[in-house]
Amino acid sequence: MELTGAEIVVQSLIEEGVEHLFGYPGGAVLHIYDAIHKQDELQHVLVRHEQAATHAADGYARSTGKPGVVLVTSGPGATNAVTGIATAYMDSIPMVVLTGQVPRPLIGNDAFQEVDSVGITRPVVKHNFLVEDVNDLALTIKKAFYVATTGRPGPVVVDIPKDITAHKAEFSYPRDIKIRSYQPELKADSAQIKKAYELILEAKKPMIYTGGGVILSNASEELVKFTKSIGAPITNTLMGLGAYPANDKQFVGMLGMHGTYEANMGMHHSDVLIAIGARFDDRVTGNLEKFCPDARIIHVDIDPASISKNVKVDVPIVGDVNDVVIELNKLIEASDQRLESGALASWWQQIEEWRAQDCLKFNRDTGTIKPQFVVEQLHQVTEGNAFVTSDVGQHQMFAAQYYGFNKPRRWINSGGLGTMGFGLPAAMGVQLAHPGEQVACITGEGSIQMCIQELATCTQYKLPVKIINLNNGFLGMVRQWQEFFYDRRYASSYMESLPDFVALAEAYGHVGIRVTKPEDVRQAIEDAFGKYKDRTVFIDFIIDREENVYPMIPAGAGLNEMILV
Amino acid sequence: MNKHTISLLLENESGALSRVSGLFSARAYNIESLSVAPTDDSTLSRMTIVTSGTEEIVEQIKKQLNKLVDVVKLVDLTESEHIERELMLAKVEAIGEARDEVKRLVDIFNGQVVDVTDTTYTVEITDTRDKLDSFLVSLSSIKIHEVVRSGAIGISRGEKTLAI
Repeated sequence: MELTGAEIVVQSLIEEGVEHLFGYPGGAVLHIYDAIHKQDELQHVLVRHEQAATHAADGYARSTGKPGVVLVTSGPGATNAVTGIATAYMDSIPMVVLTGQVPRPLIGNDAFQEVDSVGITRPVVKHNFLVEDVNDLALTIKKAFYVATTGRPGPVVVDIPKDITAHKAEFSYPRDIKIRSYQPELKADSAQIKKAYELILEAKKPMIYTGGGVILSNASEELVKFTKSIGAPITNTLMGLGAYPANDKQFVGMLGMHGTYEANMGMHHSDVLIAIGARFDDRVTGNLEKFCPDARIIHVDIDPASISKNVKVDVPIVGDVNDVVIELNKLIEASDQRLESGALASWWQQIEEWRAQDCLKFNRDTGTIKPQFVVEQLHQVTEGNAFVTSDVGQHQMFAAQYYGFNKPRRWINSGGLGTMGFGLPAAMGVQLAHPGEQVACITGEGSIQMCIQELATCTQYKLPVKIINLNNGFLGMVRQWQEFFYDRRYASSYMESLPDFVALAEAYGHVGIRVTKPEDVRQAIEDAFGKYKDRTVFIDFIIDREENVYPMIPAGAGLNEMILV
Repeated sequence: MNKHTISLLLENESGALSRVSGLFSARAYNIESLSVAPTDDSTLSRMTIVTSGTEEIVEQIKKQLNKLVDVVKLVDLTESEHIERELMLAKVEAIGEARDEVKRLVDIFNGQVVDVTDTTYTVEITDTRDKLDSFLVSLSSIKIHEVVRSGAIGISRGEKTLAI
C-alpha cells in the first residue's frame, strides 16, 4: 500500500499501539497533522507548550510502563521539547519524540524555524535519527520504539523533514527489528548471582537499597518476595518509591539527602549492601569517601556503565533487575540456609532505635498549615492509592517523605534532572492513561507557574487532576539553602506578585479553593476528590512560610551526619 | 593517568562521529587524538581514540562508548600487543647548514622529504607517537613552520581482529 510520509508516521504509531500522541502543530508537521485529522484511532492531545507535551508523555510512560509519544514542529517546537526530553533521559523513561524539520533542500540554510534538532538533543537522548528518505521512515520509527523501550529505557528523537512527509512510499510496518550495534538483551551471569547470594547469607547487617530500575523492570513483586525471605531492611531512592510498600515494617523509608535517619544510618552501618536498579546518585550517597565504609556491595543494574561509576562494588551483576531477582529468589527457595537470625535480630534492634528518633515528626500546633500535614491528609483521603506527581523543591520532598507509596508507578517525579514545571503536565498524562483513577499534583507556587498554561489543556480534555499547591510565597528549597548556608540572604527566592490562584483556576473553568487554616485542610481535599471528583481542582494551601525539609544531609557530609531538626 | 588507545567500529552514518566526540566533551574525558575513516566494509568506520585517565575513568569511557547505539565493537588496544602508527607532515626551514641537518635527521627517523623549495623541506614520517615527538625534539635548532599529524591508528598483533 502506497502512503505519504505523513500517513506512514500515523500508521506506524498505530501499529505500535500508541493511544495518545502529545503535541503541538507547526509548519513543518502540517502534513502529519492533516493525516492525524483524517483518522480516529490515534488521539492527539493538544498541549499549550511543547515542554508540557514531553512531560505529559513522560507521565503517561511512568504510570503505564508504555512509551510516551510526542509530536512537535521544527525549530522552537523542538527546542521547547528539550527540557522534557532531558527529564526523561535522566530518569530512563521510554519516550519517542517526533520533531518536524525543514524540507531537506533547506537544511543548513538557516531556514525559517530551522534548528539542528539531532545535534541539540544528542546529549539528552538515548539515540536519535534524521530521516533522509521516505522509504526509511517506517523502519526508523520501529527502531526508535525498539531502542526507547529496551535495555535501559530512554527517549529517542526522530527528526522528519517536511518534504519527506509529502513523499510517497510503499508501507509495511516491520515486525521484528535487529540493530547490529545494539544488544539490549543482557543475560545476567548466573555465577555472579550465586556469588551475590552467598554474600547475602554471610550478612549480619544487610541493607537493601533499590531505585527506579525496579519500577522500570516491573520487579516489585519479586523484590517484595526477596526482601521478605531474607528479612533485611529495605530503603528506596526518590525514584524507587512505591517499589516496596511503604506501610510494610521492613521498609525504612527513603534514603539520601532528605531520607530518613533509619535509612541513612542503616546504609552507613551495613555490612552487605544490596543495590538493585539504583545508580549511587550524589543525592543518595552524600560524601563518597564516607559512603558505607564497612559494606561489601552487590550491584544489580541493566546498564554496565552504571556499575562502579561512583562507588566501586564487590559483586557486579549486569542484567534485567526482574530476571536477576527471580533468580536470587530461586536460589533462596531451593535452600534452607538463611541469614544468621541472632545477628539479624540485633541489627533490627539497632534499626528500631534509629527509627524511634521519629525523624519525620513535625510540630502540629503552630496554627499555620504545615505542608507535611497536607500531604498526610492527602494520603488519608486517597487511602494511599492516588497517582501523585510533583514538581521540584520542598513540596517534592514532603510528598516523597509523607505520602507513603504502596504501589509502583504511583509516584511520578523528576528525580534526576529536577525539572520544575513537570508536575501538572505529567499529571495530565497520568490521568489520560488512567481515566477513573485519582491523580494529584503536589506542587508549589513557584513550580506550578512554570507550566500553568496547561490548565487550559485540562479544560479541553476534562482532566480531573487535583492540584495541591503548597504555597509558602517562597521558592522554598532555595530559601532553605539560603537560610542554612547564606545567612538568610533570600536572594530572589521570594515569590512576589503571585496571581490569585483561585481566580486563575476559575478563569480556566476549574474549581479553585483557598485554604488558610489547618482545620480546613481535610475538607478541601475531601471536596476535591468527592463533590468535585470530575473537575480539575486547584487547592491553594497557604502554608507555613519558613518550614524546612528535615532531616537533611548537608553537602559534603556522610550518610551518618544528618541534621535531624 | 595512563594513555589508552581505543579502537572502535562504528556505523558509517552521519552524526556517528559527533556522538563519540560529544560524549568525551559532555563527560569531561580527555581526548589526545582521534582519527576516523571508512573501512573495507563501507557501512563501517573505524575510529582510533587516544585518551588518558585513571583506570576507573578509562573503564567508564569504554562502557559509555559501548552504550552508544552507533558503536558496533570496541577494543582497548593498550590491553594487549599492538601496532600503532601516526603520520606526520612537517614543513621546516632548510637554509644553509640546516638543509643537510634536516636531511640527516629525516634519514635517521626513516622519513622522507616529500616537497622541496629553496628555503624549506616538507618532511613525512610515519611512526609511533613517541617517535614523532622525539623527531620534533631533535629539530630543536631548526625553525619549524608547520606541523600536521594524523592522530594515531592502531591494530592488534597476531591473529586477533576487530571485525564483525
